Amino acid sequence: MSSVAWQPSDPLWLRRTVAEPGTETVTREQAPDSGTHEAPLDFCGADNGEAVVIRGVGKRFGETPVLQGIDLSISPGAFVAIVGRSGCGKSTLLRLLAGLAEPNEGQVLVGGAPVQGFRPATRIMFQDARLLPWRRVLQNVGLGLRGDWKPIAAAALAQVGLGDRGGDWPSVLSGGQRQRVALARALVGRPRLLLLDEPLGALDALTRIEMQGLIEGLWREQGFTAVLVTHDVAEAVTLADRVVMIDHGRIVLDQAITLPRPRRRSAAVFAELEGAILSRLLDRPGGPAAFV
Amino acid sequence: MSRASRSAVGERLTPFLVPVLIVVLWQGLASAGWLSTRVLPAPTAVATAAWTLTRSGELPHHLAVSFVRALSGFVVGGGIGFCFGLANGLSRLSERLFDSTMQMVRNIPHLALIPLVILWFGIDEEAKLFLVALGVMFPIYFNTFHGIRTIDDGLLEMARTHQLGSWSMFWQVILPGALPSILVGVRYALGIMWLTLIVAETIAASSGIGYMAMTAREFLQTDIVVVSILLYAALGKAADSAARGLERVCLSWHPAFGRGQA
Repeated sequence: MSSVAWQPSDPLWLRRTVAEPGTETVTREQAPDSGTHEAPLDFCGADNGEAVVIRGVGKRFGETPVLQGIDLSISPGAFVAIVGRSGCGKSTLLRLLAGLAEPNEGQVLVGGAPVQGFRPATRIMFQDARLLPWRRVLQNVGLGLRGDWKPIAAAALAQVGLGDRGGDWPSVLSGGQRQRVALARALVGRPRLLLLDEPLGALDALTRIEMQGLIEGLWREQGFTAVLVTHDVAEAVTLADRVVMIDHGRIVLDQAITLPRPRRRSAAVFAELEGAILSRLLDRPGGPAAFV
Repeated sequence: MSRASRSAVGERLTPFLVPVLIVVLWQGLASAGWLSTRVLPAPTAVATAAWTLTRSGELPHHLAVSFVRALSGFVVGGGIGFCFGLANGLSRLSERLFDSTMQMVRNIPHLALIPLVILWFGIDEEAKLFLVALGVMFPIYFNTFHGIRTIDDGLLEMARTHQLGSWSMFWQVILPGALPSILVGVRYALGIMWLTLIVAETIAASSGIGYMAMTAREFLQTDIVVVSILLYAALGKAADSAARGLERVCLSWHPAFGRGQA
């Protein structure tokens, strides 16, 4: 990135955006059948997040089981990372949480209610930013907002350090900037559950570290529950309270990370944890040898 | 004038060099008497004919008639094609119901219907409207259909997770996503529109540019025939420029159309 105003040390994202009078009228457009409640625009800290409970969930594609007997419960406001090799079923689990797919067995509860289709309080961020190329950056952030949406979208854009790029087309942004716009779009409706499907996977190492700082800061500020799917163990250890490993459709590791935040990758404990999880990830017959 | 701006002007004028040379050569050959006015009258004679026809009101009248025919045929045929394209692109049921019929009808060369169309409508306006509409319908239909079906699934999924209503979904995601393809169809359809109209007016009409050309042929007025041909060329070019302008305005977000492209 060339001339980007935002830096990890920039306290921009720590600044609370002040809700302007009259913004209460702004709501997400709702599908007629979605009976779930709105995420309140005004919230205070950690009780904004929703609890996630997964009970005995199994998912098959045709005859192939992708997930089997998954039990996982995530407390409100927690940051959980799901790691695993590609094809282990971690993205499928995220899609179940988002309501983009339905389990063949078991139950997925978010905020105490079974997930049925998309919910306004859940937002998902994908590996590709998925910005509408024919709408300007600000309109992308405000997608689906009603009423006087512009100040709200602009505030969300400022939170990710792109306040001055609202009038640009997405095609002129760099990959990292596009992901930041996608993050602003995900957060503009004040979600209570944020699902991240390898959102930083396509970014260069430097941009990725910046984005991790940004996501962590916004998570601490807004208190939503976050579920991050990643294959980058260092990223999982940097961000998560808990690292859950999935292998062959089952949970094989559930590791609490209690390091103080913000976490330093150079710290010995960090490296130890990362190494332990990584070797667990590779620890299977033919595992490490397969890469040689 | 600086060297840079002089070379920029030169660059813009270069494409016109060859056409101008051809016209000069043509004028030279005609003036020298090497080119019979029966075969090809001199450019000055053509210009004089055009001027005389304009002053008598004949040319504007025929031009207006042809233009209205082209436009109404385009609106009717394009509208039908667009509606079927939308319906079949959005609904699998509609696709199963209509798509193979559209494919079958498309394979009939629409100009082959001229004898039948004359039997049905005589040489009235309906005949021309029918033929133009039929010709214009298919490119618009296919490109609308194709445009909708090739919208990025990721974007559709993203839009669904944002609970966009079906109205917003259409206006904010589906239509703009299909627009580049639809506009390709429009440009293609404009070409077919003029071609169909030329043929239809030449064969069966009592007004319009094609009629003007055919009448002139009977009286051996080669200059008027050339005027008609040049008019068709100018109209075709104008339609294409209009379509390009539409692309530039509607697709300004697109890296290939929006910035820095002429």
